[in-house]
Amino acid sequence: MHMADALVSPAIGAGMLAVTGGMVVHCSRKVSRELDDRKVPLMGVVAAFVFAAQMINIAIPGTGSSGHLGGGLLMAILLGPHAAFLTMASVLIVQALFFADGGLLVLGCNVLNLGYFPCFIAYPLLFKPLAGDCRKKGRIVAASLAAAIVGLQLGSAAVVVQTVLSGVTDLPAIPFLLVMQPIHLAIGVIEGMATAAVVLFIWKQRPEVLDASAPGRGEGSFARVLFALAVSAVLVAGGLSWFASQQPDGLEWSIAAVADSEKVPLPPEDHRTALVEGGAGTAGLVGSALTLALAALAGVAFRWGRGGRSHGEE
Amino acid sequence: MARSEAGVFDLGYLDRLSRQDTFVHRLDPRAKLITTLVFLVTVVSMHKYELSALTPFFLYPVFLAAAGNVPIRYLARKIALVSPFAITLGLFNPFLDTGPLVQVAGITVSGGWVSFTSILVRFVLTVGAALILVAITGFTSVCAALGRLGVPRVFVVQLMFLYRYLFVLTDETVRLLRARSLRSFGGKGKGLATFGPLAGRLLLRTLDRAQRIHLAMCARGFDGQVRLSRPLQFRLPDVVFLLTWTLLLLGMRLFNPAAATGRVISELLP
Repeated sequence: MHMADALVSPAIGAGMLAVTGGMVVHCSRKVSRELDDRKVPLMGVVAAFVFAAQMINIAIPGTGSSGHLGGGLLMAILLGPHAAFLTMASVLIVQALFFADGGLLVLGCNVLNLGYFPCFIAYPLLFKPLAGDCRKKGRIVAASLAAAIVGLQLGSAAVVVQTVLSGVTDLPAIPFLLVMQPIHLAIGVIEGMATAAVVLFIWKQRPEVLDASAPGRGEGSFARVLFALAVSAVLVAGGLSWFASQQPDGLEWSIAAVADSEKVPLPPEDHRTALVEGGAGTAGLVGSALTLALAALAGVAFRWGRGGRSHGEE
Repeated sequence: MARSEAGVFDLGYLDRLSRQDTFVHRLDPRAKLITTLVFLVTVVSMHKYELSALTPFFLYPVFLAAAGNVPIRYLARKIALVSPFAITLGLFNPFLDTGPLVQVAGITVSGGWVSFTSILVRFVLTVGAALILVAITGFTSVCAALGRLGVPRVFVVQLMFLYRYLFVLTDETVRLLRARSLRSFGGKGKGLATFGPLAGRLLLRTLDRAQRIHLAMCARGFDGQVRLSRPLQFRLPDVVFLLTWTLLLLGMRLFNPAAATGRVISELLP
């Protein structure tokens, strides 16, 4: 569920980058204040482990398909929320740059969707209270499942909000949401099971890793939980109200559009009418083709020039 | 879904591309990072029905790929392979937005098809620009640039660690996966029951490795900072590169050279 640069508007992309950038600064301060310089190499290596674990596909019985671990929740369990958030952000940067999964401008959206929700909502509010001190097998499984499912549901809902607010696609919010949430319910179940499988193994083999790696267990006081809930409520409400005010008829329009696209009178936009009346179509096509040809030609010319020179040097 | 051995191979290939020595490789990573961000913002800020105005932007990736000796065929394959997500979401546009928008040679094209094509073009441009940035800069230099631009040191250092150990761990995982498929017949043994011990064992080994690395680094005087052999310096070529491309990209954003050329051509032709 990585968003792509092609799907966001600059306002959404930059806004999310600013928010998550601030969070990265905050978490970095928090981690460096712990004065445990062992943690920095540990974070990097665990992030590399998440990549490796994503390569291990898990066969899903009865379906013939397979899934893999996402890793946000597992890192929160191993490293604690602040370090895990930084680690997830760095995983997403590498995915954007090397695997073209996601993008640079949309990085803020992806860090929020895949990092913030598992690390700061699902882990402290669900996993920690449910799992207790990680002593019972059943509790670990239940806590992992609940936390992974809720984290992914929030993340996929955020994808819908960001996509619809950006307005690059014409996807209406409600049907899009109705498709995304069930898919991510299934993904959440797999994520929860896979996380539980790894945590259980660690718990059996070396329980001290789970005790030592999440410092300040139980520091999440009730007031803090309330504060986190309040902040996320304000964020969600703010986003939704902005959306509602921008598209007052969004809901009716989307339902009608999905029900019968023929009968919906689309609002005429200035841009649209200008393009049709101006007859810009053919001219635009000719100009585009010409520009592309010129760009390609420039590339070839440049490569020749450079190639000749470098051969000379060699 | 899961990243295959081919994905790991690609990782090494991009890394090798970044170790070339062309004039774009020699530019300061900060200049390239900022220019890429300007490029992304200008491309993404285009109106959703804009198509012809997007075409001049191809000049930027084509120039960098040519100057930086990045094979276009490799980029094209990489872009074609990734993220069916963007394309799937865009594919709904033609069905949801059926109002007529433009006429090309007598055929009326609906707004949905125009915006869908626009999404595809944006996708190629933005993904291409990100891949090219790594291919002509190298990940460690991108990290160093981030650090110099104010990103916290803890974050930058662990990003460098991630990149360093990515290769080690993916190699190890490829071996693990090969061993698993040799021992599992008819798809048996690839379920959750083996995943736990497999990934868990890998994780424990990884944690041990992290500790060894840390001790070895402490023994060599690590103080939480990674130093580069090629220090960052903003020189005249970097300034020229940054300013030229920023102005060009802003110009492309504000005016539409493609449409203007097209209009002139259409008027010249009878």
